[in-house]
Amino acid sequence: MSMVNDEKIPNNVDLAQDKRLQRALEQWQPDFLSWWREMGPEGFQEREVYLRTAISVTTEGWAHYDYVRMPDYRWGIFLADQVPGRTIGFGDLLGQPVWQDVPGEHRGTLRRLIVTQGDTEPASVEQQRALGHCCPSLYDLRNLFQVNVEEGRHLWAMVYLLHRFFGRDGREDAEELLARRSGNPDRPRILGAFNEPIDDWLSFYMFTMFTDRDGKYQLLALAESGFDPLSRTTRFMLTEEAHHMFVGETGIGRVVQRSAELAKLSKNGNPREQGGIDLETVQKYLNLWYSLSLDLFGSEISTNAASFFGAGLKGRAKEEKFEEHVCREGAVVMEIPEQGRLVRREVPLRSAMNEVLRDGYVEDCQRGVDRWNKILAESGLSFRLRLPSRRFHRQQGVFSGLRFDPDGRQISTEEWAKRQDDWLPSASDRSYVKSLQPRAIHERGKMANWIAAPAKGIDGQPVDFEYVRLD
Amino acid sequence: MAETTPQPPVQFETHPDSYRHWRLAFDGPVARLTMAVREDGGLRPGYQLKLNSYDLGVDIELCDAVQRIRFEHPEVRAVVLDSALQKIFCAGANIFMLASSGHPFKVNFCKFTNETRLAIEDASAHSGIKWIAALNGTSSGGGYELALACDEILLADDGNASVSLPEVALLGVLPGTGGLTRVVDKRLVRRDIADVFCALPEGVRGKRAVDWRLVDQAIPKSRFDQAVRERALELAKGSDRPGGPGVRLAPIAPEVTPTARRYRHVTLGLDRSRRQATLTVRGPTGPQPKTPAQFLEAGGDAWALRAFRELDDALLQLRVNELEIGTVLLHTEGDPRAVLEADGAVAELRGHWFVREILGQMRRTLKRLDLTARTLYAAIEPGSCFAGSLFEIALSADRSYMLDDPARATAVQLSALSAGLLPMSNGLSRLQSRFLHDPPRAGRLLERRGPFSAGEALEAGLVTFAPDGIDWDDELRLALEEREALSPDALTGMEANLRFAGPETMESKIFGRLSAWQNWIFQRPNAVGEKGALSLYGQKGQRPEFDWRRT
Repeated sequence: MSMVNDEKIPNNVDLAQDKRLQRALEQWQPDFLSWWREMGPEGFQEREVYLRTAISVTTEGWAHYDYVRMPDYRWGIFLADQVPGRTIGFGDLLGQPVWQDVPGEHRGTLRRLIVTQGDTEPASVEQQRALGHCCPSLYDLRNLFQVNVEEGRHLWAMVYLLHRFFGRDGREDAEELLARRSGNPDRPRILGAFNEPIDDWLSFYMFTMFTDRDGKYQLLALAESGFDPLSRTTRFMLTEEAHHMFVGETGIGRVVQRSAELAKLSKNGNPREQGGIDLETVQKYLNLWYSLSLDLFGSEISTNAASFFGAGLKGRAKEEKFEEHVCREGAVVMEIPEQGRLVRREVPLRSAMNEVLRDGYVEDCQRGVDRWNKILAESGLSFRLRLPSRRFHRQQGVFSGLRFDPDGRQISTEEWAKRQDDWLPSASDRSYVKSLQPRAIHERGKMANWIAAPAKGIDGQPVDFEYVRLD
Repeated sequence: MAETTPQPPVQFETHPDSYRHWRLAFDGPVARLTMAVREDGGLRPGYQLKLNSYDLGVDIELCDAVQRIRFEHPEVRAVVLDSALQKIFCAGANIFMLASSGHPFKVNFCKFTNETRLAIEDASAHSGIKWIAALNGTSSGGGYELALACDEILLADDGNASVSLPEVALLGVLPGTGGLTRVVDKRLVRRDIADVFCALPEGVRGKRAVDWRLVDQAIPKSRFDQAVRERALELAKGSDRPGGPGVRLAPIAPEVTPTARRYRHVTLGLDRSRRQATLTVRGPTGPQPKTPAQFLEAGGDAWALRAFRELDDALLQLRVNELEIGTVLLHTEGDPRAVLEADGAVAELRGHWFVREILGQMRRTLKRLDLTARTLYAAIEPGSCFAGSLFEIALSADRSYMLDDPARATAVQLSALSAGLLPMSNGLSRLQSRFLHDPPRAGRLLERRGPFSAGEALEAGLVTFAPDGIDWDDELRLALEEREALSPDALTGMEANLRFAGPETMESKIFGRLSAWQNWIFQRPNAVGEKGALSLYGQKGQRPEFDWRRT
């Protein structure tokens, strides 16, 4: 019997009536499952995990909790409810009705946007696949799997768009999303940051805090799209993405809290002496992941960003909060390098859209950092975490190729080489962090020494709930 | 803008030591020419050369590199053209440079880049230098066109590297450096597939690019570098390049005054008030090489090489830095026998790698003359040496005037080089192109070993007019003044139409069809109007507004 039906694939896109979509998914779904078994969480495929499944877009339906084996997870296809009479909210076509089908002239561009977004979803599952073997608690293990299955669902969401709206090219793209492999030199994932393995939990929290937050902002920008199915898909994805960032932000908060506790226990105030992670190392990981994630927004001055905006394909996060939506006039003043030194330049607003999106992201990150610093303040420690300058350690955009310290001061390549290990995790920092996670903690309610317990459990369950059945 | 703001003149001479945009490295029979364009190294202010995009300055270095490989490195049998950037091969001509350039500059930029691509193909066809484009990333527009000029295109198969010609879709112009022509005429891509490809701005990757014949191989990234190396060595095996020491191309460093450029064998005189130039090529004076050893000893000082390099530079200067000069009077000075002797040695010894390169330089320079969009009049007077390779200059002219005065004899003469060793871009010799109505005539005229007097030359159809001593000055003055008054655009179009009669080749199509279309499109509001696609590209993400009427 076909695996493609409303029971197996919860949806609100009328799958039962859509023969073309059924046929495409019948081809693709078995490939997805073999990809999941090959590249999904390693060693836990047969375990029952207490997972949230979206079975509808209603308030009750989007968060349905139960034990499920991950390969049996019901990856569904959900679009946020259609807004009647919705019009394009920005760019040259402001006020015109949104498109329910792909406009031919934007077919290639939209496909590329969707494929680039879609590619990050399986990529992160691949990057994180070995983390289960060194989890700090059952609670965290479950959160990891929740993040993984939802990244899987986000892949489904993008594949739905490709199958439904982009014909043969879309079907080929959907296949390629399963064929690329994070870190494989011959079939790498599209974006560089998604080709590095994430093999320790501090990195995982940093990833969900900073890199998934880039995802949030990309989704917010796509949620404004004049291509209505994309807008509706991404709006629903945002509800799930929030949990991923929750995992990251609270994860780092718990590390910070535990480090503060261990610092007090140590004679020299150094958590490392007590088997914890020192705050300097946390800061270095923050510097790394924040800067890698800033890169994902693309260049500060971007022709593509300008044409996406002008054409009504990709807007600004929460476009309705801006006063003016055409943006044909206006400029953003930026400090950009020219002939090796920083000069102030006016960049036409549309060409600066990546930077505008990045502005919102930076503010959002700062709120998280503030909350961690509150924990530190309450612990009586003077150390504070901070976001480095946007110019620091960039590999995309106008600052790439030049060197800046975390305060944004330009420095020489020699000085960078000398100071790099003060600012980014060194090889010994990495091996230290990994050495704290030699094995998984599987006892209910127990936490690894280097991380504090969460304030509460998931879905109203206690912290010592059996989130993953390992027996 | 280029027309209103005075710009320093463009210089075409450079040297690998002063390249800003390319790295040229040698490893036995394989040279590696790596594109590493400096973003802030544009020839003119106002644009950044991002993503290995190029302007005229980048292409001048490429052209120089091709020359250096030919003359200075006879050990090189294959060249790998690649990129220093991680995920980009080359993004093509810089759009902001194009959008901010005046029409004449744009046209001359495209013409020069076309000539450089053809020089790559010429080196493959005539000199045993095979070219591999190693596309490690995105190759769009002019980037893919550069690859198309190579013998083989190897594409990294990593889900990212792609080839595309996005000009029509993104910019409202054409891929103007031979892209369209080479896709169907060289790579023999089926026309309907080519239509799909040329309307697909994101381009084609991997297997599909191979299936569509757009590239020769798609190779996994982990094996890419090695596969490129192996293929280059494989191609190198088929070459007859001998190795050994090369011939240094010394700077030609002319003496420059406000009204003239004086080279050793060439003088370009400028009369800007009359919009006229006089281009004089002098024949050899001292003894010229007669054996391969003598050629190598003379090196860059051999007349046949030096004179044509100088003529080449003078033509480029004229084209790019002297836009208002409308008419060029072509002169020669010297002993025709010396020219014939020099030609004879080149023809006889052309199997030798260096002499072959000299012949190639002559061939390409004369093509550059054919393609120079100025009125060309040859004035054949006493003391001139329009013989053999230098008579090709007169054959290239739109008209030739030969003084017919018994007291002051003039002569023209053909040489071994006139019989097809210096073909035009239509594949024919200038003689053949001249006598399409009477094909055997070229052969008959070649049988005659001696000089043609003015009367004989006129009778044979080798010159246009042969005024006598009394009429000469007036005839020439009238011809020039009459020409001065005509529309420069109409003259460019008329001359180009008349110069290239006869069959088409890929080369002639690139110039004749593609450039003509491109130059028309470059003038149209749909491209360069306030709301045109080229004007708006990358400015404010604004949609172009088109005049929808098809012509």
